[in-house]
Amino acid sequence: MSEDTMYFFWDLGQYLLNGLTQGSIYALIALGYTMVYGIIKLINFAHGEFYMIGGFIGYYCIMGGMPLYMAFPVAMLGSGVIAVIVEKIVYRPIRSAGRIPALITALGTSLFFQYTGQLIIGADSKAFPTAIEQKMWFFGEIMISNIQVIILVTTFILMIFLWWLVNRTRIGKAMKATSYNHDAAELMGIDTNKIISFTFFVGASMAGAAGVLVGMYYSTVEPMMGLIPGLKAFIAAVLGGIGIIPGAVIGGLTLGVAENLVVGFWESTYRDGIAFLILILILLVKPAGILGKNRKEKV
Amino acid sequence: MLELLLHLTILSGINIILAVSLNLINGICGQFSLGHAGFWAVGAYSAAAFTVYAQLPVPPEVNLIIGCFIGFIAASVAGLIIGVPCLRLRGDYLAIATLGFGEIIRIIIMNTDSIGGPRGFSGIPKISNIFWVYLFVAITIIIIANIMRGTHGRAIISIREDEIAADSMGIYTFKYKTMAFVIGAGFAGTAGSLYAHYTQFLHPNGFTFMMSVIILLMVILGGLGSITGSIVGAIILTLLPEVLRLMGETISEWRMVIYSVLLITLMLLRPGGIFGKHEFNPLKYFKKKGEVA
Repeated sequence: MSEDTMYFFWDLGQYLLNGLTQGSIYALIALGYTMVYGIIKLINFAHGEFYMIGGFIGYYCIMGGMPLYMAFPVAMLGSGVIAVIVEKIVYRPIRSAGRIPALITALGTSLFFQYTGQLIIGADSKAFPTAIEQKMWFFGEIMISNIQVIILVTTFILMIFLWWLVNRTRIGKAMKATSYNHDAAELMGIDTNKIISFTFFVGASMAGAAGVLVGMYYSTVEPMMGLIPGLKAFIAAVLGGIGIIPGAVIGGLTLGVAENLVVGFWESTYRDGIAFLILILILLVKPAGILGKNRKEKV
Repeated sequence: MLELLLHLTILSGINIILAVSLNLINGICGQFSLGHAGFWAVGAYSAAAFTVYAQLPVPPEVNLIIGCFIGFIAASVAGLIIGVPCLRLRGDYLAIATLGFGEIIRIIIMNTDSIGGPRGFSGIPKISNIFWVYLFVAITIIIIANIMRGTHGRAIISIREDEIAADSMGIYTFKYKTMAFVIGAGFAGTAGSLYAHYTQFLHPNGFTFMMSVIILLMVILGGLGSITGSIVGAIILTLLPEVLRLMGETISEWRMVIYSVLLITLMLLRPGGIFGKHEFNPLKYFKKKGEVA
């Protein structure tokens, strides 16, 4: 093999690795989107803000001297609790009004958190404290940092946990029942309101975890940081088939890898464009997403 | 102060065109589109490029009218290109696909150097004023109100009410959906042309996804499907941030927070928007009793 092709493959490996890291963050956020959508058919535009809140809770905890393994669960818990409060105050009363008012309310909530964050914390981005020393390892020409390893491992653990929660526990069964048929689940004695709150909690704590991981990876946090990743995660969720939990993971990873390949081999200005392009291509070929099933419409 | 008032009146006019045209797609036809800022951008940039590069030896007013037509045609061609593949999708999927196209348009503009790219497009002459803006507002409202009342409008409304039922009644739903989409996009292009010749400067970051959302908010605030609702919604959402800005320092700082809280409260209290699906027709009061308005 000539030297050029060798370098091509080393580069490819590096971009794939970076893409997987980025993609697993998208996947973590997309999981919350997809779970909430699956259960109440709401596109929760405020979901990116739970990720931002998680990032900031992590920031303040570590600034306050907490070690990372403590700050991480606190951030997850914090954004989960805030999501439950938002669900109780805002989304529950609007649920019966139909989908479009709910969507607008979600947008309003998203704006509320962004601008409140800017006022209270300040619009400038904050340098995330280095909780752990960064180390680099080399495999041939591929560079991998310990933070990337932490991100990949944490994502993996959280996904296994989520899979266990949904498929192997009573509350997971209740979640599935509620998403399948709200009224029938209620008739079977499931407290659907509680289940919906719980879904918001789990989804937002995943996003909160992603917020801390991103804070460590890029070493900054800012009040508007939820906007673009939130949108991308939504795309990832639609890509995999919205409402389907494994779909969110596949969608997130695909998006992350595709973006990094575009940035690596082409131009970084097209980075955001490629996400949308992939989305549209997949929607046109398979309108229900990669794992989605096409449903026949009935009158 | 008077200048600010004039500025806000013109901006309200442009927003009215945007809201009424989006209402044709979202409210009247029931196709959830989140990419309206993209069509607005296509209209604005194509009209501005025409004025700057063609330099026709005609009076500026004629130039503006040609610019508005070019904006209309460019945006409706974009609407056709986007609408034909996307309108097979439904509901949330359509929303996210149009959102994607809106962003792609913005990214293409960002990467095209001849129209400024990331620096923004400057040097556009200032031609449009309050007269031209409100002339086009009137044209837009009259055309869309008449479409809504005519045969095509009935077909378009039936798609909103129940697409499958409309299909089985023999309405070629795809044609009417595309028609509503293309006309709506075209008027957004006209608004873009007026906007470009008013602000004299265009930047791709002025046409983001948030802008599409704000136009959508105008429509929903007024009531989906109501043209008068869209007009009122556009005026309220243009004035509200500015009014809050004038109300002292603390409120001015918190104005976007207040804005979002008001929005949530309004949705909680009146989920159908201010007007719901109803129209307010001032002409009705000038007619004699018994005559049908």
